[in-house]
Amino acid sequence: MSFDSSSRSAGDRARLAAVKASTPQELARHLAWSRREFLRSTAGIALGSSLLPSRLIARTGIPSSKRKVVVITFGGGARDQETFAPEGQENIPHLMRELIPQSAFFTQVVNRGILGHYVATASLATGVYETINNFASLPPEHPTVFEYFRKDLKRPASDAWVVAPSNGFNRIGESSHRSYGPGLGAKVILPKHLLTAATSGGGPDYEHLLRDNYETPFYTPELGGSEFELQQLGMMLKLSVDDFKTHALALSSPDELSVYIVRQLMRQQAPSLLWITMHDIDIAHAGAYSLYIDGIRRTDRLCADIWKAIQSDPEYAGKTTLFILPDFGRDSDDDSGGNGFQHHRTGDAVSRTTWMMALGAGVREGVVFDRPMESTDLVPTLGSMLGFSASLAQGKPIPELL
Amino acid sequence: MLPSELKPEQFNGYPPEARKLVTEYVASLRRLPLSFLPSLLREVIEYDFKFPAERRALEKELANLNSLSSEQIKDWLQGFAQIRLSFQLENSDWVNAPSQFVEQLSSHLWTTHQLDAFRIAAVAYADRLRAVVPAELPPVPRLGITVIGQGVTAHDEPLFRKLRSHGAYFSGVKPENGLELLLNVIAARAKAHPLPYAHWYIDGGQAAAHDPALTCVSYHALEPVRAALSAKIRAEIQRPGMGPEALRTHLAQLRPADLGLGKAGNLVLDRFQVKMLTEGSGTQIFSTTFAQWTAREALRRAQPLTLLVRFAPRQRQKPMNEMLSTSRDVAELDPLGSLMDADMGAYYNWLNLQRLTGADQSSFLVWFEGHNEAVAIGPSLPRGTVSNTSASLEQLLSWAS
Repeated sequence: MSFDSSSRSAGDRARLAAVKASTPQELARHLAWSRREFLRSTAGIALGSSLLPSRLIARTGIPSSKRKVVVITFGGGARDQETFAPEGQENIPHLMRELIPQSAFFTQVVNRGILGHYVATASLATGVYETINNFASLPPEHPTVFEYFRKDLKRPASDAWVVAPSNGFNRIGESSHRSYGPGLGAKVILPKHLLTAATSGGGPDYEHLLRDNYETPFYTPELGGSEFELQQLGMMLKLSVDDFKTHALALSSPDELSVYIVRQLMRQQAPSLLWITMHDIDIAHAGAYSLYIDGIRRTDRLCADIWKAIQSDPEYAGKTTLFILPDFGRDSDDDSGGNGFQHHRTGDAVSRTTWMMALGAGVREGVVFDRPMESTDLVPTLGSMLGFSASLAQGKPIPELL
Repeated sequence: MLPSELKPEQFNGYPPEARKLVTEYVASLRRLPLSFLPSLLREVIEYDFKFPAERRALEKELANLNSLSSEQIKDWLQGFAQIRLSFQLENSDWVNAPSQFVEQLSSHLWTTHQLDAFRIAAVAYADRLRAVVPAELPPVPRLGITVIGQGVTAHDEPLFRKLRSHGAYFSGVKPENGLELLLNVIAARAKAHPLPYAHWYIDGGQAAAHDPALTCVSYHALEPVRAALSAKIRAEIQRPGMGPEALRTHLAQLRPADLGLGKAGNLVLDRFQVKMLTEGSGTQIFSTTFAQWTAREALRRAQPLTLLVRFAPRQRQKPMNEMLSTSRDVAELDPLGSLMDADMGAYYNWLNLQRLTGADQSSFLVWFEGHNEAVAIGPSLPRGTVSNTSASLEQLLSWAS
């Protein structure tokens, strides 16, 4: 037999070094370093720590009262080897070529809370590591970003919206906190729930858009709280049930349905605070790698679609900051307690350490920051940007964005 | 109740062999912290249904704990002793329901932010145990084989990307009668080293003809069991108050007889197969997930000398409730997606084989079924190499060993 040699890939080297790192902190630092190097080498972005801060308003010229923020979270993160590492970049062409070069990228966002999607997203939205039951229809215990925003700034209900994937997220718009809570939160749209109602239960043409919560595939929580009802479709989104159904037929996944609703919301309500939680990647829980990769590729495309929508809408262009972040990561291949990409159950550094990108108004383009920060830092940062005080949040504003 | 209050008669509800084993060690168990003991009892209560390798490991672990002085126990388990537990956990029936305790403990650790401390304690304990009671070396080097791509005629993306750097990629494999040849190779190993549960054949579809000396699990053969399980899941989720945690607990309590198995079968293997379907995520609906997870669990638990895993096309993705239905319609298949699933599954099979003792001497082969592509990994094959030599699968195996 005859052989040709090939050298070990950069991804292999990074992983080997990661395995040698022993503590969770070392692993998280290594992960951040790898992401930074991958991004610097392929997206050509600079190390941000060498840049001096300047005041946000000076950079944008837009007062906080006119600013808008769109937040995209992924319920079910994607690992570096399927995204930012050299072998994964083919799955995220839009992030790599279009969004990252325009963004400030934070490589080490650590989630120290419970790694379940509802409770983690609730933690992102409150800035406090919530401990509510991940699988119950319960509101967060601490005030959400939507409540701070509306109460402090006296904004109407139509100015803060959440578009979320499954019934379990119905309560995320407002907390049970006695100083905030009912009437002060965001309106929540569950597009799958709406489509089920519009089509009287779905039917074969819509089944692909009604896929369930992948963390608990056999169970869908009861709806509770004040969900967006079908009759509001026409009133608030200027969308007839027939048009909604017709358009849904052309879509291929639940997240595409969510983005369709988001675009309709932007056109008709133009909320200043819009939060979208995507979920297609979480099909990984079913263990089919190809479907997980499909989910990553679709999410990459949908993020770019939302950015384009922001850029092309006069209500948003030039005054909107977009944040994109997974709620947390997924288990590494190296932890024998997990099963690789399938779950996020080990609580290891890879499943806790994720990333965030910010782009748009007031954000320096093409810089990467690899200092550690926490996922609870998002809400105080939004507070500083929009002019409200997230007084009960545990996180700290991110100075690189202010 | 705390471990210090344990009495032998509290284990009367355990299966016979487990009861006999545990009652020998009650005095030792009384010295263990509650954050640790139920995890051990969760293994003990399953002793009657465990594979030989698992039994031996558990016996050695108990003997080791028994041999430690009180000071040594404190030293070994100090991380666990520092875990704060709730009143509810302390008062649960952790002797007779250790699995439920561990589930609730997991939730408690997440909620109270003690998961990292628990992980550190668990890793420290496992490292010390491994040093004192090393896992057994295999009598012959282990062999793992994975066959992927059944039903695929052509594909666009390169295969074996994660495995190529660990071994030799061959592009001139002779595919004729390949599966039969591989099954003959593993049957010969089973006959040469006739140990119970040491030689496995896992098929994600319908098992090919094979030697009865092999331990065989196939997705197709379990179709009636999967149908029975789906019916039970559908019935359970209709019940008022049923949530995901209660459903998971219910599924974990299902026994082979509840799903139509165990009448004249092999109790240990039946129990293993039921666990694959009730505790695995996605194993009920995707054959590729079933094959990968079953291989992972067979390697982890039975620590076989030989494992052949053949992936088959899975059904195309549909809404979960439809995939769980017992419709007799022929499911639409997704061969290309399944090839990608299986390619990653092959990597995981190799990783899990590497986690067993004797990894430096073990060999591994992944073959694209019916085609001329394969990767062979073994102590005598150079890593990250490519060969277009025309070779049979037997030759590849001999080079890899």
